[in-house]
Amino acid sequence: MREFYGKSLPNGFMLGTAQYPSPAILADAFKRSGASVATVSLRRESGRDRAGQDFWQLIRNLGVHILPNTAGCHSVKEAVTTAHMAREVFDTKWIKLEVIGEEDTLHPDVFGLVEAARILSEDGFQVFPYTTEDLVVADKLRHAGCEVLMPWGAPIGSGLGLNNIFGLRALRAHFPDVPLVIDAGLGLPSHAAAAMEMGFDAVLLNTAVAKAGDPAAMAEAFAAAIKAGKLAKAADPMEPRDMAAPSTPVIGKAFLE
Amino acid sequence: MKLQLNGASIDAQVTTLADLLVAEGFGEAKVATAVNGTFVPTQMRTDHILNAGDAVEVLAPMQGG
Repeated sequence: MREFYGKSLPNGFMLGTAQYPSPAILADAFKRSGASVATVSLRRESGRDRAGQDFWQLIRNLGVHILPNTAGCHSVKEAVTTAHMAREVFDTKWIKLEVIGEEDTLHPDVFGLVEAARILSEDGFQVFPYTTEDLVVADKLRHAGCEVLMPWGAPIGSGLGLNNIFGLRALRAHFPDVPLVIDAGLGLPSHAAAAMEMGFDAVLLNTAVAKAGDPAAMAEAFAAAIKAGKLAKAADPMEPRDMAAPSTPVIGKAFLE
Repeated sequence: MKLQLNGASIDAQVTTLADLLVAEGFGEAKVATAVNGTFVPTQMRTDHILNAGDAVEVLAPMQGG
């Protein structure tokens, strides 16, 4: 079992906490997913309604690892400051580092990402960088101190699945010993199964579950797909081939012409 | 003095960041703070003197993906 900064996770399911129809449905989705990591964020709090305090109690009751993010940050300074604030509030060194470079696709600003990762790693953070499948960027993130990489499958919230199979395969092959998490863009359980069959160690998703008609059922479907994909990878799948090969033995076949 | 609190203008008669949090109802709430874009850890709030025009951010746990 792959370790994420020294922590073994019982499965490869990391689930977001945003966009659910209600807190009760969020809790039910987590229960049926068996997810071992919950991503959370920080936002402005009102001293009157204190919505964040209720949410924090709900998350604590889930009994999962907390992975705070820097969602919405567009600069290194913003991301680093948000990470420091998250470390204090959530009492964890883990940070899902997002430095967004472009609004339409939420494409990571990989230059800012590497710089922020270096700053935070040197300050003791355990960085989970939201990145692309770019091998050079991945290598620079490793040198910046990242022990985990989180390439996107597709743009956040798009549900498109694994957009660049070749690039993701190359990344897996290039970093065989690094924990790799497909983060963002998954829409269906089959996408998660495919990621695990390719040898990725985990998937992180949110919208595909939260925006399903029945989020809890979809969470369970993703859990089953992740388990199936992981099992299939361990079972050493056959190599595909271009030509047909009969599965039924031809020896002993009757001559009936 | 006039301050910016989470993007809104307020008039607060306070000296420190810790005073401001109490005055604005945050009390023992689990929040993180920044002043003028710089993180201010919990243990520094009682020593952090606010000045007129300071922009204070008070952030709390929230849903995220």
